[in-house]
Amino acid sequence: MDKWEDNKAWFLVLPVFVIVAFSAIIPLMTVVNYSLQDIWGPGQRVFVGAEWFKETLSDHRLHDALWRQFLFSGMVLLIEIPLGIMIALAMPKRGWGVSASLVTLALPLLIPWNVIGTIWIIFTRPDIGLFGAAINGLNITFDHTSSPLDAWITLMFMEVWHWTPLVALLAYSGLRAIPEAYFQAAKIDGASAWATFRYIQLPKMRGVLTIAILLRFMDSFLIYAEPFVLTGGGPGNSTTFLSIYLVKIAVGQFDLGPAAAFSLIYFVIILLFSWLFYQALQNVGKGEKNG
Amino acid sequence: MKIRKRTFGLALYFGLLLLPIYWMLNMSLRTNADILGVFSLYPTDITFGNYIKIFTDKSWYSGYINSIIYVSMNTAISLSVALPAAYAFSRYRFLGDKHLFFWLLTNRMAPAAVFLLPFFQLYSTFGLIDTHIAVALAHCLFNVPLAVWILEGFMSGIPREIDETAFIDGFGFPSFFIIIFIPLIRAGVGVTAFFCFMFSWVELLFARTLTVTDAKPIAAIMTRTVSATGLDWGLLSAAGILTIVPGALVIWFVRNHLAKGFAMGRV
Repeated sequence: MDKWEDNKAWFLVLPVFVIVAFSAIIPLMTVVNYSLQDIWGPGQRVFVGAEWFKETLSDHRLHDALWRQFLFSGMVLLIEIPLGIMIALAMPKRGWGVSASLVTLALPLLIPWNVIGTIWIIFTRPDIGLFGAAINGLNITFDHTSSPLDAWITLMFMEVWHWTPLVALLAYSGLRAIPEAYFQAAKIDGASAWATFRYIQLPKMRGVLTIAILLRFMDSFLIYAEPFVLTGGGPGNSTTFLSIYLVKIAVGQFDLGPAAAFSLIYFVIILLFSWLFYQALQNVGKGEKNG
Repeated sequence: MKIRKRTFGLALYFGLLLLPIYWMLNMSLRTNADILGVFSLYPTDITFGNYIKIFTDKSWYSGYINSIIYVSMNTAISLSVALPAAYAFSRYRFLGDKHLFFWLLTNRMAPAAVFLLPFFQLYSTFGLIDTHIAVALAHCLFNVPLAVWILEGFMSGIPREIDETAFIDGFGFPSFFIIIFIPLIRAGVGVTAFFCFMFSWVELLFARTLTVTDAKPIAAIMTRTVSATGLDWGLLSAAGILTIVPGALVIWFVRNHLAKGFAMGRV
């Protein structure tokens, strides 16, 4: 369907542009400004050029945090996207079960992020938590405050628990938009369940999965409150993700220059990957349509 | 047989999903001494003391009111600016449309920590610190792009002949948009409102930075009060359970819309 060509459409997007630009552009320029200066206090600053960028790029603790972040986001996508699709496929298509499933799924999404951390502290503590007590009852020593592996396992459980429903909700909406006739045709052709999924359902979910993958990538890459409340970045530095490290520099040491340079690099990494995902997913869809 | 296995899997998943929430509910109905003293799968001496404290202490319950006010404002603002913009993206080609669409999305990608200071400066220049509208506006940064994206999907599902017929019948754009078009994507508006409500309700960093006392969100009050009194697990759990209630009410009221919206759109 060809769209109408009309630059007057700008009047319709103008309010959005103004309201987003108000909060976006001035703070961004201020951060760029910080990143090029050494700031000691109000009015005391000196221009340092690309100094902070060089320093940040060679900071090995930042490299460690970056790899941890990639590992975390990678695992998040690998677990949550397939699991979310499976849940969406299993959900009822009509009757009271639809509302019940949607309401249940949405619950974890509606809890403030620091409360999520609190819930999981309570849930996994060995003395008062169900999960902690149960796993210790099986004679497995489990303590997310002292063992890095246990801390990671707890974080992944929390993350999957928290965000898989978002993927499931989006995938469900994509599935429900497929006309029933497609499935009848597949049935007549004797297509297997896998073939139906691979050639009908998956391509039809491309749009919603693009949103799901992008949202999950961006938000997991920026994750802060939940691991901060649950592990505080520890034990040691084992769960210090990029944003936790960034807050340590920006608030803990109040090094605004390096922190600003760090944020901009951080932003560019997310931008780059989101753009790659976006392009890749768009092109995948084109192949399917022609084929 | 196969269907039954699926349903069983789904029920198991929902059970696991509800377990941590159930555990918090369990904790919230007990006193702190009881929680630390005995391990119990369900509350034996049910007490509503934690809830009563929250509902009678202004420094607690005002947090819920503040959160609800700025979240509602944000949802209203996001929807009213995103509706015409989404229409433009779904119906027109114009200078820079694709770039603008992706630029909107990039606003979800900035790490908040360092942006908080310039944000604070910007909003204090306009004298907006500690007002509900400040938080509502700040949350537009990530909610408006999402709202535009979701609504655009729903609008593209409506055939353009409807617009053309209405214009031939002599409708102007505003009356066509409000009387004919918005009712057609009612369910999509419901889904979008749900997402805006959700992301604004759970966000903490901006909300905490831009408020002092008069507009302080409940999530921030929880962290502050807890560190001041030592950890009272019962009170903390009760406050946590109460943060779920408004959202749960919202989905309960829009559940049919939501089911229909998720069924018709590609979100």
